[in-house]
Amino acid sequence: MATSLPRLTDDRLAAVLQAYHDAIRAKRARSLTFVGLVVALMLLSGWVAQVDLSKLVANSGNFFSYFDRIMTFDSGPVAGQRVWTDPAEWFWGLKKWLVLLADTILIGYLGTALGAIGAFLLCFSAAANLMPNPWLRNGVKRLFEFCRTIPEIVFALIFIIAFGLGPIPGVLAIAIHTMGALGKLFAEVVENIDMKSVEGSVATGAGFSQTVRFAVLPQVLSNFASYTLLRFEINVRGASVMGFVGAGGIGQDLIEAIRKFYYADVSALLLLIILTVTVIDLGTERLRHALISREERP
Amino acid sequence: MKVSSRAITPDLPALRARHPQHFAPSVMHRAVVIGCVTVLAGLFVLGFWRLGFSFERILSGIGQLGTLVLLMIPPNPGSWAKFFTFLHALAETVAIAFLGTLLAALVAFPVGFVAARNTTVNRLVQFASRRILDGIRGIDTLIWALLWINVVGLGPFAGVLAIMTSDIGTFGKLFSEAIEAADKKPVEGTASTGGTRLHQIRFGILPQVFPVIAGQVLYFFESNARSGTIIGIVGAGGIGLHLAEQIRTLEWQAVSFLVILILIMVAAIDAVSVRLRTAIIGRSHQPMM
Repeated sequence: MATSLPRLTDDRLAAVLQAYHDAIRAKRARSLTFVGLVVALMLLSGWVAQVDLSKLVANSGNFFSYFDRIMTFDSGPVAGQRVWTDPAEWFWGLKKWLVLLADTILIGYLGTALGAIGAFLLCFSAAANLMPNPWLRNGVKRLFEFCRTIPEIVFALIFIIAFGLGPIPGVLAIAIHTMGALGKLFAEVVENIDMKSVEGSVATGAGFSQTVRFAVLPQVLSNFASYTLLRFEINVRGASVMGFVGAGGIGQDLIEAIRKFYYADVSALLLLIILTVTVIDLGTERLRHALISREERP
Repeated sequence: MKVSSRAITPDLPALRARHPQHFAPSVMHRAVVIGCVTVLAGLFVLGFWRLGFSFERILSGIGQLGTLVLLMIPPNPGSWAKFFTFLHALAETVAIAFLGTLLAALVAFPVGFVAARNTTVNRLVQFASRRILDGIRGIDTLIWALLWINVVGLGPFAGVLAIMTSDIGTFGKLFSEAIEAADKKPVEGTASTGGTRLHQIRFGILPQVFPVIAGQVLYFFESNARSGTIIGIVGAGGIGLHLAEQIRTLEWQAVSFLVILILIMVAAIDAVSVRLRTAIIGRSHQPMM
């Protein structure tokens, strides 16, 4: 079967090709301008942030030698040996550390729970479809914004002065930050619900709380739980550094070990923290997948 | 109302016999819910007890907090010299966040392809890189900052490196997930025209994942501008150093001034990144995440 494609005449083809090349050139010029802008911004930020590549190259050995040092015992009868040759010596403070680790998880848990409760109570007032009063709605939204913009460590620093050293300021700081972060997500979930059941409840004469309970809650609960679990994992990681400023948990021991150069302790504590965070990460991910698949089931 | 309920009631046993599944599991379900709630509430109470919460401590703390808030009004940097120091520190924070995020994205970009199941070189390499990324993510930015201070000394450069390192872990995971979620058809199309593996990635996958990746990088720039305010607390540059110092020396008016500066900076970055994001996502008609 003989086939032939009709070919444009050369003069018409030239015009098309010209347009094509122009379009490509314009796109390339735009991309190059964008890349140039980003590079210029990078150089500017590098100058502001005192980036010194020669120092990095000269001292990059320190980074790896640091890992070498924290993997080596530096005192006692086993000095100079690798840490894993004597696990009992490496994890000499395991009992104390496990208690601190449990405290850290508790700080994360209490902070998440208190923050989630606060976010839950306020999120319906921040949702445009349930709260007709714009002043109240925007007020709650601004409150959430304030709470999640200020980092939790800053809240912790301020709370330490008000509540004294210990885990209480840590819990409250995490709770406030969590309330801001979850409140925004919760309100977005509420704004995306199907309004038919809300109209149905209102038609039967339900008040605000009854509408929320029977029309809104069944639609949003699994999403709320999923976001809260995600936040729990983030908060446990956050709680692990709360001790840096004196707000309880395992961070206190970690920063002491880093500042006083107890190298083997640093690696042991880091390993414990990574293990805990990973276990919680995997666990919450499973639960979230279960929740989301339940959501999608008809 | 009464009439209708009386009309339904006699049917109930028959209904129960006909549809046992609608009556029986509800008890099980309820038991599970009550059990979960009890365990969670028990942990809650245990936590309060274990961490030493007490009513009078909370009450006196809240009273004290009220005094502090009153002391913060009106916000005041103290002097012009301090004002300019704060502004410079704020610029440092933005620079740290920008550079840290961008460098992390540049490093994580190739790593994402290695860690994605459909573009990796080798199943073992893929698994190993995923675990390494998990490990990097498990360490908080503040801890990375402490480690980098050992290498390049105190200052904002350590902050850049800290944000870069901890974001490589997150970006690597997010990028590889985006790559795994990419549609296979363009890849097959490229392969059918004789494209090599590199061509398949360049023309089959990259156009799909680029807007997703750009959106995520922008989002993390926002979030790093927030977390960039705290790495100064351990000495890694930026406004956190001044904030921690003013809190420790109880200069409350300067503290509230710094907090307002941070709020304005974050709001400005939010506004810019929202516009950029709609520009990028709008151009290619791709859902973001």
